[in-house]
Amino acid sequence: MIRRRDKGFKWTRKHLIGLRELSREEIEFILDTADGFSQINKRSIKKSPTLRGKLVVNMFFEDSTRTRNSFSLAASRLSADVIEFTKKSSALSKGETLLDTARNLEAMGVDTVVLRHGAGGASKLLSRKINAAIVNAGDGFNEHPTQALLDVYTIKKHRGSLDGLKIGIVGDIANSRVARSNIWAMTKLGAEVTLVAPPTLMPPQVSKLPVRVSYDLDEVIEELDVINMLRIQFERLSSNPFPSKREYSKWFGLTSERMKRAKDDIIVMHPGPMNRGVEIESAVADGKNSVILEQVANGISVRMAVLYLVNKAAAQIEKERGKR
Amino acid sequence: MKEAKKSVLIKNGRVIDPVNSVDEVCDILVLDGKIAKVAKDIKADIAIENTIDATGKIVTPGLIDIHVHFREPGDEEEETIASGSAAAVAGGFTSVVCMPNTDPPIQDETSVEFVHRMGRQARKTHVYVMGAMTKDRKGVELAEMGLMAKAGAVGFTDDGAGVQDSAVMSRVLKYSSMFGLVVSQHCQDAAFAGRGVMNSGYNSTILGLPGIDALAEEMMLWRDIQLVKKTGAKYHAQHLSTKGSIDIIRQAKADGLNVTCEVTPHHLLFTDDCIKDYDTNYKVNPPLRTQKDVAAITDAIKDGIVDALVTDHAPHLMSEKELEFLAAPFGIAGIECALGLYIKALIETEVIGWSQLIAMLSSRPAKIIGIDDEKGALSEGYWADITIIDPEAKYRVDINKFESKARNCPYGGWLLSGKVEYTIVGGEIRFSSDI
Repeated sequence: MIRRRDKGFKWTRKHLIGLRELSREEIEFILDTADGFSQINKRSIKKSPTLRGKLVVNMFFEDSTRTRNSFSLAASRLSADVIEFTKKSSALSKGETLLDTARNLEAMGVDTVVLRHGAGGASKLLSRKINAAIVNAGDGFNEHPTQALLDVYTIKKHRGSLDGLKIGIVGDIANSRVARSNIWAMTKLGAEVTLVAPPTLMPPQVSKLPVRVSYDLDEVIEELDVINMLRIQFERLSSNPFPSKREYSKWFGLTSERMKRAKDDIIVMHPGPMNRGVEIESAVADGKNSVILEQVANGISVRMAVLYLVNKAAAQIEKERGKR
Repeated sequence: MKEAKKSVLIKNGRVIDPVNSVDEVCDILVLDGKIAKVAKDIKADIAIENTIDATGKIVTPGLIDIHVHFREPGDEEEETIASGSAAAVAGGFTSVVCMPNTDPPIQDETSVEFVHRMGRQARKTHVYVMGAMTKDRKGVELAEMGLMAKAGAVGFTDDGAGVQDSAVMSRVLKYSSMFGLVVSQHCQDAAFAGRGVMNSGYNSTILGLPGIDALAEEMMLWRDIQLVKKTGAKYHAQHLSTKGSIDIIRQAKADGLNVTCEVTPHHLLFTDDCIKDYDTNYKVNPPLRTQKDVAAITDAIKDGIVDALVTDHAPHLMSEKELEFLAAPFGIAGIECALGLYIKALIETEVIGWSQLIAMLSSRPAKIIGIDDEKGALSEGYWADITIIDPEAKYRVDINKFESKARNCPYGGWLLSGKVEYTIVGGEIRFSSDI
């Protein structure tokens, strides 16, 4: 179903920092590569020697189960060695700096750093300062590229293409890296994206983004082919952007009642972890339109593709440097 | 023939002295550290220590920067009054005003005297200081403004933060008016600015960084202006960054209020587009705004609305500036190239002429801090603080050669014109580009 369009295309990026800077062709190339790896995940022996002898560090400065495990699994399926480095700290806490920590890891000969960090731009900073390939696993509320890649991969699996699809992203847009990466990936692949949230959860000058903006889920639900329900990140909400969970879910929750007005084949997505009963009702999360667990499964293939591609590009860059 | 002490004869320079409406080629004679005479073809009848041929050069009152951070006491690894002073004279500045947000803050007569003493010991530029207006710069209780005024503080500010509570600010303005000194505000509504680290707008949205809305500055400035109307205090608005602020100041001046304002080079030369790669050298407070704001500030300079050009020289360690954009400290250091930056932003673009530029860098700031009876002009009997500039000479900014300890400067590699040739303070050559 997904096939390589352009055999001549060559991936050259050593880092995956964000999708804003990627072309449609690059995004599609990752998805095609992921499709290849998905075959391995169906075998009884789910292992490829692709990254044998390579060292991947999962550097997580924020809590994460899903993303960290997914990257771990992706790296081990490619036969890489994996070090888990988790340190819960706020973006502003003192102590050893991000760069010092990374330089220490670099001294151990790390090839790839998978970074989750609370500060926007942390991956970009690291990519400028150390020699390893950097994969952004979420930086503040800037980007979470592999999440968006697995989201569009999942949609593509169902619909073949995103061209012309109407996609709603509902929830805390202002503080969401998933929303930002989704916006770039989906619009680059030809979808029409509508952001749905109360104005207090919209980022500044949102209308300059290539999206439509709505404050009313009921107004847009009927036309949507895909709906991505973002998690209300209570831990990130320092302000009080809405009065109560109850009021929020009344306006923006995906309930069975609302689903009655949606298209029959609407695809329901959620990046997890869910607040059941807040942004999404259990019956919908577990219902026939939900692809939430498929998203998790596809995440492994997508992350295998990303790890493979950045390592390949890094090797190529190293080789060319050697020639000079 | 007897040699006069602290004597200088500057020959054939283009002397620009806005206060005395001078802009012509002539000579300046300095005796005993004071201006003795400004005239054509001066022949000294006594021996002169230093004679400078200033042919082709611009000779101005020593430049005055009323907004610097020299970090002493407390953060001497970032800058000291000695290193900052050396940087100041290298940039042509003969007087600077240190901000009180040190550790501990400058908030009593002893610490004011400490800054003065370190300045005298450095023997470079005149070092003035503003005291905190509230205790520990917390915006709650009044600091000892009277005692600091007696010790020689030239104004009061909690720079780095504005006074949030309107009742407290009203009290600060009323109380300070007793001493006739300026109250200088960093206008920013802290709650409204939140955790912001850059201008709030499209760029903050696509970079996923929390923003500081222009209104955070404008609302406090507007409030202060209303309080000034009531109290009649002498008020100065620091480093204005938005069009809205400019509009408010224009109106306040039109209403005849005793209000002044300043701008920095970075708010004229940069916008928030510069932050696209999370370069912390562009992290500054108030944040870099948009082209619309830059245009409004530039227009205000042209119209004479802006009183002082400052640097807000804010040294930081590179180990701190290397942190994530969210965590890195605010501030740009650049006192050594500030003149060149202003020439680039205002003279080369023909926004204003030299005389206007020099006024905003000498006589007008002197007036704000109340030293215009002895500095900021080349009047007879005034301090012989003089800057000699080669307007044609181009130089490339090399941050590694800064006298300042700071390297957090986004201007490295820039080609600027208007090289400082001599900085003369009280008749002594404290900086010369030859050495």
